[in-house]
Amino acid sequence: MGDCATGRWELYDHEADIGVRGFGASKSEAFEQAALALTGVVLDPALVESHERIAIQCEAPDDEFLLAEWLNAIIYEMSTRKMLFGNFRALIGDHRLTGEAWGEAVDPARHHPAVEVKGATFTTLRVGRCGDGWFAQTVVDV
Amino acid sequence: MDLGLLERRSQHEWHVPQHDAMRVPAVIYASEALMRAMDHKVYEQAVNVATLPGIVRAAYVMPDAHWGYGFPIGGVAAFDPAEGGVISAGGVGYDISCGVRCMHTGLQRADIMKVQAKLAAELYRRIPAGVGSTGAMRLSDLEMDEMLMGGAKWAVDRGYGMPEDLERIEERGQMRDARPENVSAQAKKRQRDEMGTLGSGNHYLEVQNVTAVFDEEIARLYGVQRNDVVVTIHCGSRGLGHQIGTEFLKRMAMAARQHGITLPDRELACAPIVSDLGQDYLGAMRAAINCALANREILTHLVRGVFKQVLPMATLPLLYDVSHNTCKVEEHRANGGTRKLYVHRKGATRAFGPGHPDIPSPLRAAGQPVLIGGSMGTASYVLAGTEESESRSFSSACHGAGRAVSRHQAMKTWNGRQVVDELAARGILIKSPSMRGVAEEAPNAYKDVSAVIDAADAAGLARKVARLEPIICVKG
Repeated sequence: MGDCATGRWELYDHEADIGVRGFGASKSEAFEQAALALTGVVLDPALVESHERIAIQCEAPDDEFLLAEWLNAIIYEMSTRKMLFGNFRALIGDHRLTGEAWGEAVDPARHHPAVEVKGATFTTLRVGRCGDGWFAQTVVDV
Repeated sequence: MDLGLLERRSQHEWHVPQHDAMRVPAVIYASEALMRAMDHKVYEQAVNVATLPGIVRAAYVMPDAHWGYGFPIGGVAAFDPAEGGVISAGGVGYDISCGVRCMHTGLQRADIMKVQAKLAAELYRRIPAGVGSTGAMRLSDLEMDEMLMGGAKWAVDRGYGMPEDLERIEERGQMRDARPENVSAQAKKRQRDEMGTLGSGNHYLEVQNVTAVFDEEIARLYGVQRNDVVVTIHCGSRGLGHQIGTEFLKRMAMAARQHGITLPDRELACAPIVSDLGQDYLGAMRAAINCALANREILTHLVRGVFKQVLPMATLPLLYDVSHNTCKVEEHRANGGTRKLYVHRKGATRAFGPGHPDIPSPLRAAGQPVLIGGSMGTASYVLAGTEESESRSFSSACHGAGRAVSRHQAMKTWNGRQVVDELAARGILIKSPSMRGVAEEAPNAYKDVSAVIDAADAAGLARKVARLEPIICVKG
């Protein structure tokens, strides 16, 4: 997986859908990067301007369920607010995540969004250490 | 897939014998070429499904199968509540009651080609499609619950669609025993402004030309002739279904242990049919089926409005509407008797044979229409349910071509503009808000739909009736 401790994200193959993976120096950063990968399924996150901040909180019995919860909370905000997000903050402690997503309303003419995400699945869902850093990944249904 | 793991029973039937924790065998229907191209994950997932409590006869896999979530996409599994049978949110999928409906137009290709650009532009303008799109309707809490109870009938009662459509829809347009109170406030909020929207991804609206008829007698009963033009819609229960799938997958995964269920894969999350959680999901899932039926009915109304403006001689009666992500209670023959089973079809289409009482009477003698979506540059098909498919697959057939290349690879391989231009040169107009979306849905990203259909026909799952090729495609 290369250098894991530097914040970055990538997409990976799933036969019908697509995987999202984030890396970071901390678990929290890996979750933030996985959220950027989620946006990367729809469009280049750099095209999204940070006009509005949405607070997101979630909890789960383990790190992997917490990642699915975090991504599903973002999918829910994208869907109900018709927004795209290009910047995320996550703070994880004691099976709880306190986070925020920065973004703007969908503008099809400017964003040309490729696809909407239906939900984060448990397929290849993993959160773990990777070298000096962390990774967080799962497949999302589109 | 390593064919050495399977026993070949006939040209198109492959068995995974019962072993280890499997309660029944797994049966895959496909040609040897499709089998060789099929991902090994399909084998693993079919074997895992065969371990679930109360599964009856076999875990079945259709010729278009690919790697899904717990269940393979293209998977069929029936469970008996009397034998501890389960219901699985993953066995239905996130897009509950995603399906295909097909309308006659009474027109021929030449009629469309005279106004092709105008018709494409108007359909694209009037049909909300793509990320962030909303419908014209805003439902109050009461209206939302009425819609979740009423399905397509609710839409028709509100002036969307025609009363005669209802008999041409599974469940006559209204899924019984829906429980809107089991649908979360979040799921309802996600749907509030999404009624009458197409969605994105592999969902589409197409104007299609009948380019081949394979069974003249059944085609006549279906009202389909070579050179006819039809309109086909592929979409589902939108945000409401996605949210229900998400929520119940988590609840079932977390509760599996307390139900005494060992899951070989978290995605197989399920609950006993007779448990509170199982019943909660059933009520919510049936509400989502009604949402999908209402949604496709509203879209039909919008399409008819466009045709009325551009081609007023067309009336667009419904041929049929059938879903391919569901769990339905059906009577089937098993263990020497007739039993009520909970049949999961994930990326598989119900395919009742001739004479089945649930088939609309004008079509009953022919078998149920099985509507198969293709990709935007290839073909879709109309098939008919067969008598044999009852014993082959609990009366089920395939649902589409199935992907051959992942979205991620497709995005890197094809250029959306180029795909649109190439299809335009072949007389197919594509309308989409996203060229990346078009690249991800490029025709070559899918398996050869004809090979899938030939395998379904040869395996006796459904009979080939007609081939439909696109003239206009609106993609979300």
